[in-house]
Amino acid sequence: MAIIEFSGITHRFGDRVVLDRIDLKLAEQRIGLVGANGSGKSTLARMINGLVSPTSGTVTLDGLDTTAKGRDVRRRVGFVFTDPDNQIVMPTVAEDVAFSLRKSGLSKAQIAERVGTMLDRFGLAGHADHPTHLLSGGQKQLLALAAVLISGPDVVVADEPTTLLDLRNARMVNDLLMGLPEQVVLVTHHLHLLTGFDRVVVLDSGRVVADAPPPAAIAAYTGLLA
Amino acid sequence: MTVIGLYQTGSSVLHRIPAGWKLLGMLLAVIWILLLTAPWQLAVAAAVVTGGYLLARIPARVAWAQLWPMRWFVVLIAVFQLIFADWERAVMISGTLLLTVAIAALVTLTTRVTAMLDVCQRLLRPLRRVGVDPDRVGLLLALTIRCIPLLVGIVHDVSEARKARGAGFSLRAMAAPAVVRALRSADAMGDALVARGVDD
Repeated sequence: MAIIEFSGITHRFGDRVVLDRIDLKLAEQRIGLVGANGSGKSTLARMINGLVSPTSGTVTLDGLDTTAKGRDVRRRVGFVFTDPDNQIVMPTVAEDVAFSLRKSGLSKAQIAERVGTMLDRFGLAGHADHPTHLLSGGQKQLLALAAVLISGPDVVVADEPTTLLDLRNARMVNDLLMGLPEQVVLVTHHLHLLTGFDRVVVLDSGRVVADAPPPAAIAAYTGLLA
Repeated sequence: MTVIGLYQTGSSVLHRIPAGWKLLGMLLAVIWILLLTAPWQLAVAAAVVTGGYLLARIPARVAWAQLWPMRWFVVLIAVFQLIFADWERAVMISGTLLLTVAIAALVTLTTRVTAMLDVCQRLLRPLRRVGVDPDRVGLLLALTIRCIPLLVGIVHDVSEARKARGAGFSLRAMAAPAVVRALRSADAMGDALVARGVDD
């Protein structure tokens, strides 16, 4: 597993402190990040692939600084966003998955073969030539995940990937995430999805207030809301 | 959303012709139609274009959907020509419009967007010397096509929200939230593009 290390992270949006002196070392396969809206969990997740650079402190992935070596880090970290509509770039399903391999050096035939295999794995093979905007919410999120995984990342960061989905689609996306051999960092409000995770970090007002296996962390989080 | 200009899966001869040749063919066909001078010639061209749709096995519903959005525009032009010119002129102008759109739609219905973008990128390659990045232009075109349904969705959602709140039509009440949401989407899409390695 990759080692994601946050050292002395503080982040501000203007005068507002979003993350306050965070020190974390994440090396487990399944890591959950939970917290109320505005607790800083999405900002923390975005720091893993250098989408957000901390105001102070450093974030590293296996020693690579995510700010200084952002491009190298992003090749190893796939990111799944809450709204797949913002992540899907190409007009059709197969084209969007193939987009992730455009700079892989593979031939068109090799790309088509890999895309076919990936779509098959995600149950989207029958939709290869379908316009992406006509897919259901669940299918769009599966497509976003397929497009991330085809480039072979070591780490998948998913920022509330099930928030816009109904229960059935949320379960499907979560089951797929749970079955991945890659390291997964999941930001979620759906606490039941964290069953089976190795570690759950609870954030509140930009600080880590609990860091434990799911039952203890969830109890701490629900205790905050009481 | 309608089915205007969306790629239709198929394995017909038209589907298999390389995109570059199809675009060249489209250009020549449009020039040919613009040079026609009599309604009977237009009828022959219409038969050829219809043949193209049959050859590509495009369903009649999809073919019809390519032209239906133009109906008021064509009627307006035809009426204008009938009043200020004659029926032949009205047939020629409106027929030319319909056929050229039908040809362009036939190309987009039988060609993947990526194949067309590849052609654009190849054509733009010589411009690298003056600082044009063909890959970026290709991505820009793909994003433009992708964003059309996204923006339609945003405007639809804003319109529904306005109706749900019982508000009457107001350009400001429509435009302000639609623009804000579009900008937010653009911002999020920018993040996603970076995450997908577009800045590599």
